[in-house]
Amino acid sequence: MTESLTGADSSLDAGGYLVEPDVAGRVIAAALQRGGDFAEIFAEDRYGTTAFLDDGRVEELATGRVRGAGVRVVVGETTGYAHTSDLTQAGLMAAAEAASAIARSSVGAVRGVAVGPGPLQGGSREAGGSEPTVPRSAPALLHPLQVAKAKKVELLWRADDAARSAGAEVVQVSAGYADSVRQMLVANSEGLFVGDYTVRTRLSASVVALGDGGMQTGYETIALTRGFEVFEDHDVAELASTAARRALAKLSARPAPSGEVPVVLASGSGGILFHEACGHGLEADHIAKDASVFVGRIGELVASPLVTLVDDGTLGGEWGSLGVDDEGRSGARNVLIENGVLTDYMWDLIRARKEGRSSSGNGRRESYRHLPMVRMTNTFLMDGEQEPEEILADTPHGVYVAKLGGGQVDTTTGDFVFGTTEAYLIENGEITEPLRDANLIGNGPEVLSRVDAVAGDFSMTPGTCGKDGQSVPVGCGQPTLRVSSVTIGGTAGA
Amino acid sequence: MTAAGSSEGQGEGLDDLLAIASGAAELAKPGEMIEAYAMRARQTEVRAYEGEVESLSSSDSAGIGIRVVVGGCQGFAHAASLDAEVVKETLAEARDNASFATPDEHVTLAVPDGVHAGALDLFDEGLTELQMDEKVRMAIELERMVRDGDPRVRQVPSADYEDASLQAAVVTSTGIQAATRRTGCHLSVSAIAGELGGSHTGVGFSVGRGPGDLSPERAAADAIERATRLLGAKKARSGSLVVVFDPRVVSTILGVLSAAFSGEAVTKGRSLFAGRVGEQVALGSVTIVDDPTDIRAYGASPYDAEGLASRRNLLVKDGILQGFVFDTVSARRAGVASTASAVRGGYASTPVAGCRALSLMPGSLDAEAILREVGEGLYVQSVTGVHSGVNPVSGDFSVGAVGLMVSGGELAQPVREVTVASTLQRMLTSVVAIGSDVEWLPGIAAGQTLAIGGMTLSGT
Repeated sequence: MTESLTGADSSLDAGGYLVEPDVAGRVIAAALQRGGDFAEIFAEDRYGTTAFLDDGRVEELATGRVRGAGVRVVVGETTGYAHTSDLTQAGLMAAAEAASAIARSSVGAVRGVAVGPGPLQGGSREAGGSEPTVPRSAPALLHPLQVAKAKKVELLWRADDAARSAGAEVVQVSAGYADSVRQMLVANSEGLFVGDYTVRTRLSASVVALGDGGMQTGYETIALTRGFEVFEDHDVAELASTAARRALAKLSARPAPSGEVPVVLASGSGGILFHEACGHGLEADHIAKDASVFVGRIGELVASPLVTLVDDGTLGGEWGSLGVDDEGRSGARNVLIENGVLTDYMWDLIRARKEGRSSSGNGRRESYRHLPMVRMTNTFLMDGEQEPEEILADTPHGVYVAKLGGGQVDTTTGDFVFGTTEAYLIENGEITEPLRDANLIGNGPEVLSRVDAVAGDFSMTPGTCGKDGQSVPVGCGQPTLRVSSVTIGGTAGA
Repeated sequence: MTAAGSSEGQGEGLDDLLAIASGAAELAKPGEMIEAYAMRARQTEVRAYEGEVESLSSSDSAGIGIRVVVGGCQGFAHAASLDAEVVKETLAEARDNASFATPDEHVTLAVPDGVHAGALDLFDEGLTELQMDEKVRMAIELERMVRDGDPRVRQVPSADYEDASLQAAVVTSTGIQAATRRTGCHLSVSAIAGELGGSHTGVGFSVGRGPGDLSPERAAADAIERATRLLGAKKARSGSLVVVFDPRVVSTILGVLSAAFSGEAVTKGRSLFAGRVGEQVALGSVTIVDDPTDIRAYGASPYDAEGLASRRNLLVKDGILQGFVFDTVSARRAGVASTASAVRGGYASTPVAGCRALSLMPGSLDAEAILREVGEGLYVQSVTGVHSGVNPVSGDFSVGAVGLMVSGGELAQPVREVTVASTLQRMLTSVVAIGSDVEWLPGIAAGQTLAIGGMTLSGT
């Protein structure tokens, strides 16, 4: 068994800077040489391993390396951006040149250009002189680069075995493993020079079961901002069995109802409800352009008093956690809705600067090739006081959602959908028949006001959030809760 | 690769990429097969807001993905660089990675199959010569057209011009040598109409290979119409009815359905069409083709992702399932020849079987005529939750929808916050009318107006 430790590993583990402070200072100064209000370098070095098992075979083990930097220059209301995979001073200078030329190329379309050396130049000197730090967002106890590839592959076999032994109707299993190690650095003209070192690990299983009524699918995943030690306290076999159980349960499922019903969402079902119902609508970029139903509603009751919603990038080891965001701001815990009252939006640097406030640590980007924007980290509903059993018993008729898939929102209307991947009918306060997959649809503020029961059994679920073409890892969480009425999009009479 | 303005750019051309890929493929040891896929891209994105440029990004990127197959085991590695040293490291990684795969007699690389690639002109020189100022002007002008186009438009949150110029080369130690280049550009704009609390968004776009293909007028008019005609939208009453899907929605639905035509999904028992070749899977009016040699298609290309010449594949003829699309490995597994249908997300992923240019054979009626024929029903302008509500394995179909009721053969009351549901299987056999208004849209499928009966609307 060989373990490949290539050049990628040594530099990722070296703990040095991707860009030396003096180089960063010179590049930032060059970016602002001909004017501009703000300049920033974002550099990253990412190394990842993925392994995929399908159809009873390990089909592929793959590794990839991405290394580069983006330079952003802000001139008035205009942002210029260019990136490079060349982290030498010459490469960064070329990107700085391109970004600043871009920012100024919109001749006649730029207002409020600040030309000449302002406090920004001083800032860049400070960048060179200050004591730079490279924090580590969450130390990986078992660094993926120190774990043999064979051990990663072994996990997939364990998942395959467990899923296939879950029932004779299981006809297909696939399992995927992925880890990534990212070193990043942000330096800007305000004197910031910080880095982060992030290790992420993910494993998923997907199962197809075949019955008399056709095929059904089941899926489960674990994903954490931690190292390989994740598998010491998360059983891969159990995860695969859960995926298989979902597919098997749906073989006898009836079509989901059609129409408005009370819905009980189980703890761990996904938390995607709040991500879609209000998370996106509370992002400051949508707010600034009046593209959200939550514009101008700070201080108002926008949800049931049972709703306290938090976005927290500091949650230890969760999928959406970060040491610093992709603009170098420390991850933070931000209360968005407190007892139903809207307290704040989420902010990145650019939106915050315009409002004369500080970023909330929500500036994120997919990679060095992308401009940052306002993104969620881990978004979750705080615990209530009821018992989950109590909520169920108190629901004479409705739908119990054990697991959600994805969702989508139109922030302008607040209308959002979220899909079930494991759901049951509730009859006389008890869970009865399984239901086929369906989307539910609701309006953010309406659904938030209809949360009429919240339990105390909170848990988190990982997800991938897509916005404007960029994907970032996020966490969603909630305890068991009930929404008194939501439209479910099945085909059977409600 | 370096940022815009550097000397290393598109100018080096396809020969250079072929040389880099060949250089890696030539290093195959006895008993080993190597495939190198090298690509370069140059992209620009301009976003206008309130008469100014909000952001402007320009990028050059490049990368290589290397597959090594030895003894039926595949290893893969990729890197975002074409630097000779990095390519060597990437090959070493791919070799090492191969040792962890399970041996599979079907795993191999493509070999030339004697089919010659047609000349497809997918590269518009006009785009490479377009100045940045002109791109900026187009985005700003697009924003202005929407903002001034209708008094009910309250916001234009984004007005974008984007373009890309791509070059790719794939070379294998088994004799494959293919290179392609293409350009693409598009305008997209979203309009918000109506007062706070009763607003709606409409998106309009225009796509082409070069700036001459773009129509900002059409993109602007589309965004305005789609936002304003939803004003006053309400939930509708639940029930079963005929749904008329907008061409964009049909393109999306076909895109999801395409997963069921994948030879890989079929051989692994993950397709609702598995084992049904020769059977009636749709109404007799339904003929579905995947034809990447059709130059109008966004996914057109002379070669597939493994370097085999693209060809036209008939999937459903008069409602009867004809076959599937295969890449080299899935074809071997199924005991057939590749249909040259390997697709890949870029240099960072390996090829899989998939459709690139799916389309429904057009019917005889345009959108207006279909509405008249349908008489009563729901016109769906856009859908949400496709990834969470459409399952190409089970066939379950449930999506969020906005649109307008169809009454007396015309568009009537706007509708929001409803879902429409059925199963893909039932929808294929419940086709009421297929539009003549074929439109090639970004993505892997064309769209046209399509009416389907027996859909369940869930609302109040």
